[in-house]
Amino acid sequence: METGFLPRGRFHELLAALHRSGYRCLGPRVREGAIVYAAILVAEDLPRGARDHQAAGHYRIEQTASPRYFAWANGPQALKPIVFAPQEVLWRVRRQADGGLEFHRQTPPAERLAVIGVRACDLAALALQDRHFLGAAGDDPHYAARRAELFLVAVHCSDPSDVCFCVSTGDGPQASSGFDLALCELDSGFIVESGSDRGAVVAAELGLEAVGGDARAAAARQADAARTRQHRSLPGRDLRAALFANLEHPGWEEVAGRCLACGNCTSVCPTCFCHASVETPALDGGMSVHARAWDSCFSQGHSYIHGLTVRSDTRARYRQWLTHKLGSWHEQFGRSGCVGCGRCISWCPVGIDITEEAATVCTGVADE
Amino acid sequence: MNELSLPHEAEVAECVRESPTVFTLRLRFRDSERHARYRFAPGQFNMLYLYGVGEVPISIVSDPLDDTLFDHTIRAVGRVTRGLAQLRAGDRLGIRGPYGRGWPLPQALGRDVMIITGGLGCAPAVSVINYVMRRRGNFGELIIMQGVKHADDLIWAERYRRWSTLAHTQVLVAADVGSALWPWHVGHVTDLFARARIDAHKSIVMMCGPEGMMHIAADLLRARGVSESAIWLSMERSMQCAVGRCGHCQIGGKFVCTDGPVFNYPEIKDLISVRGL
Repeated sequence: METGFLPRGRFHELLAALHRSGYRCLGPRVREGAIVYAAILVAEDLPRGARDHQAAGHYRIEQTASPRYFAWANGPQALKPIVFAPQEVLWRVRRQADGGLEFHRQTPPAERLAVIGVRACDLAALALQDRHFLGAAGDDPHYAARRAELFLVAVHCSDPSDVCFCVSTGDGPQASSGFDLALCELDSGFIVESGSDRGAVVAAELGLEAVGGDARAAAARQADAARTRQHRSLPGRDLRAALFANLEHPGWEEVAGRCLACGNCTSVCPTCFCHASVETPALDGGMSVHARAWDSCFSQGHSYIHGLTVRSDTRARYRQWLTHKLGSWHEQFGRSGCVGCGRCISWCPVGIDITEEAATVCTGVADE
Repeated sequence: MNELSLPHEAEVAECVRESPTVFTLRLRFRDSERHARYRFAPGQFNMLYLYGVGEVPISIVSDPLDDTLFDHTIRAVGRVTRGLAQLRAGDRLGIRGPYGRGWPLPQALGRDVMIITGGLGCAPAVSVINYVMRRRGNFGELIIMQGVKHADDLIWAERYRRWSTLAHTQVLVAADVGSALWPWHVGHVTDLFARARIDAHKSIVMMCGPEGMMHIAADLLRARGVSESAIWLSMERSMQCAVGRCGHCQIGGKFVCTDGPVFNYPEIKDLISVRGL
């Protein structure tokens, strides 16, 4: 779609245009040593010069003199907490004096929210969450409300981290769909591309300049470099058959010896959707609140049924996470549940690498 | 979907003690219009909400044509079910449902129907027995096999005795541990296959019970010549949302709450043979 150039010194005009259109803006900010999405009002709120260093079980931010706002790969958050809240009330029950129960649904207001700095992997993950929470079976009213007025400003990834493997999953590093605007950040400014009608409306307000040949060449070089820099990969796009043929592989036992079953991987995973019901009665006994909260297949309670835990050990739980993410997602959603963001590798306290574990189980089989 | 994701107020008409730990709640919606239009199929389940405590998925055991009340037979074992056991006539609770895919009753027309259950697995299947009994001419032989761990765990003993007196009905009950005057077999429910008169090509089989039992039973049935596609199983997993979203009930790529709980054997045979999936 329509493209143009926004010089770095005019970046604040994008924020102003979004504010004028009624959007509250979220963008990357450094909080407690990590880049997260938080409210931004002015361009100075963005993490100018911040670089991330990621490896298995490792995440650090370094401050550099670079003028860039988006020269980092990704923080622990994707879009997931914005659309699928970590905890939210579904309904409230009021108990009358005669014991009668009144149920009231509680849905969040559809807020006009713009998120700036969204990566290709996160857009791919959002498309998967859309398929889970919206669509054929009917919309989840809570997700639908948060999703309805979401304006997405993508940034093509220029600096994948050591743990990124979106090239292998086919989801990045360039954002190709699902955004309202996409930015390619260069030292001098931004190539702006619109991906929707409402994105085009905002872009038209910016009075963009023509994109010079030098800028186009620099953008192409940057995209190539982002692609070739990635060195991790999964052993294939569809591992369903390989994983389910190896449910008793010794690799599961081996990884269970390292895995702490802490659930960090499922929390940072942008596609994990499991959630538990949480009931909180009021102290006066007159009301009770029914909420949902993110859950993890690594928890003991996840597979509990009437006095029995189906997946009673870490081996079964790690196997569930990997066979679901890379295997049975194909049956449920027509593609893998992994978008190659690498978060589960960085944020694993013991540095378990999903690409290595998948390779072990899918390829190193001993049948005898 | 929205209609299904919010509970509606229901009232306990009666709480029936079935055994020291098993009870049946007989319920009606407080809103009589809602009650009148409420429909379910045998094998489907509701989410029962106990005020201030939470929800549990429980199969509906009553006959779908009974428009006065709907029944849930429950074992008091967890926080919610122990609380539900305290409810008395007139007490209120929340109900949302029905959910899931029930038993394949249209496919069973004209065939011999085998019901193989273990423990409280008899509850999701009893609605099929009642269904067949009320439409007896539409079905062939009815073969009821029920196993329990201990003789004291058997609920509905009187019904099994009554059914066993009916024509074209075989009732085979087993307890791993018997008791004085236990009239039936002592041993596993799967021992009973030797006594059942089965026409493999005419039979449709509906099972509900521990996965290990269903796995062994399916092998024995296939050895008797019953085709895999004639075998149906009701599966059980943690269910918290009941609409295919919360993820707890997954077995492989299946969501038990929406794809099941009743599955055709070929759909899940590779999954139930693996422990801890």
